[in-house]
Amino acid sequence: MWELFTNFFRIGLFTIGGGYAMIPLIESTVVDEKRWIEREELLDLIAVAQSCPGIFAINIGIFIGYKLRGVKGALVTTLATALPSFIIILTIALCFNQFRDNPYVEKIFRGIRPAVVALIAAPVFKMGKMAQISWTNVWIPIVATLLIWLLGVSPIYVILLAGISGYIYGQVREGKL
Amino acid sequence: MITLYLLLFWTFFQIGLFGFGGGYAMVSMIQGEVVTHYHWMTMGQFTDILAISQMTPGPIGINTATYVGYTSLTNAGYAWYWGVLGSTIATFAVVLPSFILMLIISRFLMAYKNHPTVEHVFSWLRPAVIGLLAAAALCLMTKENFSTPAICPWQFWCSVGIFLFALVSLIVYKMKPIPLILLCGLVGLVLF
Repeated sequence: MWELFTNFFRIGLFTIGGGYAMIPLIESTVVDEKRWIEREELLDLIAVAQSCPGIFAINIGIFIGYKLRGVKGALVTTLATALPSFIIILTIALCFNQFRDNPYVEKIFRGIRPAVVALIAAPVFKMGKMAQISWTNVWIPIVATLLIWLLGVSPIYVILLAGISGYIYGQVREGKL
Repeated sequence: MITLYLLLFWTFFQIGLFGFGGGYAMVSMIQGEVVTHYHWMTMGQFTDILAISQMTPGPIGINTATYVGYTSLTNAGYAWYWGVLGSTIATFAVVLPSFILMLIISRFLMAYKNHPTVEHVFSWLRPAVIGLLAAAALCLMTKENFSTPAICPWQFWCSVGIFLFALVSLIVYKMKPIPLILLCGLVGLVLF
């Protein structure tokens, strides 16, 4: 149990820059070092964690914790993965709001903000390949973008709508509707 | 204040529940709810959170929930310890749906992963998630983050330059986010 906690605490601590960056660390920890799961099982797990809502790293932790120690194990891995960022961000939040108005900090952040916009924009192109975008479905991301950006529709509804549409589309394709 | 806590819990519970497609897609949802819908903070403050989330370890969804939970309370004029409670509530709320769902899904989804209905649903979800990412980037192109040619042409064109430089470094040269952010911070210090 303690081993589960320390290993997932370490995974939470060294995940910098989002979910996909942490796959190598998870792989070396849970497959190579600890042999908690097989490599093939991890691949399936990555697919499932990607297709489920929520935070990728947490989802993987929940599965492995559950598999090894049941619900208690899942609780331990969830807490362990979330704890490092919680502590670090809270510490920064407590201090940052005080020196946010410092002119030098302001200058640094003026340079950083456009870069952050690029960080959000870059996965659009990278993930476009993984989502198998083609001429037949390229209108889906475009419509989703316009709904959110121009009409101000909440992304939550866009996701719900896409899921329901996919379900109906499947039923029609199989001739059930 | 109780209302704010309940709203925080409900908002982040929904974000955890519908947050398909990982951190960046969740960022789009958090932005929609926290900045556009509830006005808990400005777009500039939200962008700062993203910058901090990129530089600090941990999943971006947890980082953002923790930060928004704290800042929404302090922005509303409450003391820092109420902000800490806000952080705790938002972080707990964003994890709770995954926790419940993943427990159920760990049992069942493996068996039905290749079921045609599940595949059809995901064949629509995945492209929609790409749209979410694009919308998040477009919504961040504001005068707070880039300025405008009318207000300050120097800052505007420098910002556009930094944006294009960052985009090319990420996509073409596969630069890592942390060195990129540090570099752009330095550029900001020199240019502005």
